[in-house]
Amino acid sequence: MPDPQVLSLAPAPAPTGAGVVASGPRRRRFSILTRRDKIVLLVIVGIPVFLDIAFIWGPTVASILFSFTNWQGYGGITAQNIVGIQNYTFLFTQYTLFWPALIHNLMWLAFFVFIASPIGIFFAVLLDREIRGSRFYQNVFYFPVVLSLAVVGIIWELQYAPDGFIDSALGLTKQTNAIDWLGNPSLNIWAVLVAASWRHVGYIMVLYLAGLKSVDPTLREAAAIDGASDVQTFFRVIFPVMAPINVVIVVVTVIESLRAFDLAYIINQGTNGLELLSILITNNSISEASLVGRGSAIAVILLVISLVPITLYLTRVMRSTGE
Amino acid sequence: MTASVIAGRPNRRRIRKGRVALHAFLITMSVVWLWPLAWALLNALRPLSDTIKNGSWSWPTTLNLNNFINGFQQANLGYYYLNTLIVVVPAVLIVLLVASLVAFALTRVRSRVNLFLLLMFTAGNLLPPQVIIVPLYYIFNWIPLPSAVADNGRLYDQYIGIILIHVVFQMGFCIFVLSNYMRTLPKELNEAALVDGASLFRTFRSVILPLCAPALAALGTLEFTFIYNDFFWALLLMKTGSKRPITSALNNLQGQFFTDQNVLAAVALMVAVPTIIVYIALQRHFIRGLTLGSTKG
Repeated sequence: MPDPQVLSLAPAPAPTGAGVVASGPRRRRFSILTRRDKIVLLVIVGIPVFLDIAFIWGPTVASILFSFTNWQGYGGITAQNIVGIQNYTFLFTQYTLFWPALIHNLMWLAFFVFIASPIGIFFAVLLDREIRGSRFYQNVFYFPVVLSLAVVGIIWELQYAPDGFIDSALGLTKQTNAIDWLGNPSLNIWAVLVAASWRHVGYIMVLYLAGLKSVDPTLREAAAIDGASDVQTFFRVIFPVMAPINVVIVVVTVIESLRAFDLAYIINQGTNGLELLSILITNNSISEASLVGRGSAIAVILLVISLVPITLYLTRVMRSTGE
Repeated sequence: MTASVIAGRPNRRRIRKGRVALHAFLITMSVVWLWPLAWALLNALRPLSDTIKNGSWSWPTTLNLNNFINGFQQANLGYYYLNTLIVVVPAVLIVLLVASLVAFALTRVRSRVNLFLLLMFTAGNLLPPQVIIVPLYYIFNWIPLPSAVADNGRLYDQYIGIILIHVVFQMGFCIFVLSNYMRTLPKELNEAALVDGASLFRTFRSVILPLCAPALAALGTLEFTFIYNDFFWALLLMKTGSKRPITSALNNLQGQFFTDQNVLAAVALMVAVPTIIVYIALQRHFIRGLTLGSTKG
């Protein structure tokens, strides 16, 4: 998704000053390109740029434009289709699924930011030290990362089913008082968040471990000589020098939670307590109805929210790549 | 000296105690982490009749592979694996080729343009796919294609459409990673090749590309997993259920095995097999791929 798909991360400048040293005065390179070379370069870059505009940025702009219309997917769009901000006012005031979906997205975000990612960081910090079996533990925690969210959903359905593991372990049966974890609209979002975290924790752990490896070991030694405890060393020394990775973790976490779709969809098509902005977009405009305007308005709201982490990330890329 | 030995002893004991607690914690967490998978496997190995008779929380009386065999046949899994293959192999190869070409070309253009294009590609990859899906759906229905390429004359509901959107969407990430990687290569390499009279393309193929092999292996593994695991694009852009790649097909298969959770568990585990192989055999590359974007080089 793309999972999570997945996902791209910022380059981290080395925590030492190495990056600064490397970028000296810029030289004019490769001025000996022939005319033919230049044309080849233009084609090589031009086609992907065209595709990127045609299939990503074009549709992004189109989503914004569609959101001001009541177009239903067929026929041309005429002046009569333009309805101004009507789709937005409808979402905010009358569409009963919108606020629950937005709140679920924010819950997803909060759960990932305050629970799943910190657990991943905690695992990374524990496993970064030289302990026996560190590799084994790492392999266990990162295993769910290779699984698709669709598979993750089915695996966890077996845990949460009324005759599944959790109810059985709690001694609840179908006949008596089984808790329907995925069917109960006030519980199921939490159940799904636990399943989503099962995968997210490993992802964050892998990223953070890579970052920790690049931390100058003398920092730790110095802290130890100064008599700092492990906790102090982490919060006062390691965490601050990990700032570039911390930004990456935040960006990955926020974007993953805004992209949330697969898990809720495989469990119940994102209904009955599992509404998400992403699913409302497709349900309104493609799968169930062709209310292009309404789905696009939701898409624009999702876009605006995701611009926050994207901008954060891009400024970082610019700072570290630019000069 | 005596003093330090005496002082050292309780300290060491404290460390050992700490270690024991640490391992106890990590082992507990490992069990928690592996449990959902172990449970799925246990269910997949039991006949449904056994589960119904004794409840799912019971010692299994029979364990066999029948759920796997029946699931594979009833769900036509072989067929869906093939659908996935048709999408994943070209998509991964094309995205790596395109991205390495673009990354190479970007190292040759002035850095302002370079930076702008990098930002554009990367930002495109960060957008939630749902932001662009509605217009994309109509664009896929609207662009006419010759019937030799797509039998319905559209990108919609065609493998070529799914491959295209994977390539376009993943391109940003790959370009970003590869251009960072290429920047770490010594600049003199390019210049030496030019002095030797190598053409631009030859420099790319014989000098730069071989040096990028580790990055390409890591990205290839990662992209294989990403695209294999894609649920969203094929769900929305491939209408015909029987043409869907295996991960998206799970949506329908789930309905098909609604009455038999144990077969469904077996099917889900079989769907996960290729990614589990990646986990076991290509783990190093996968992790490197994940972290390539976050740390330089």
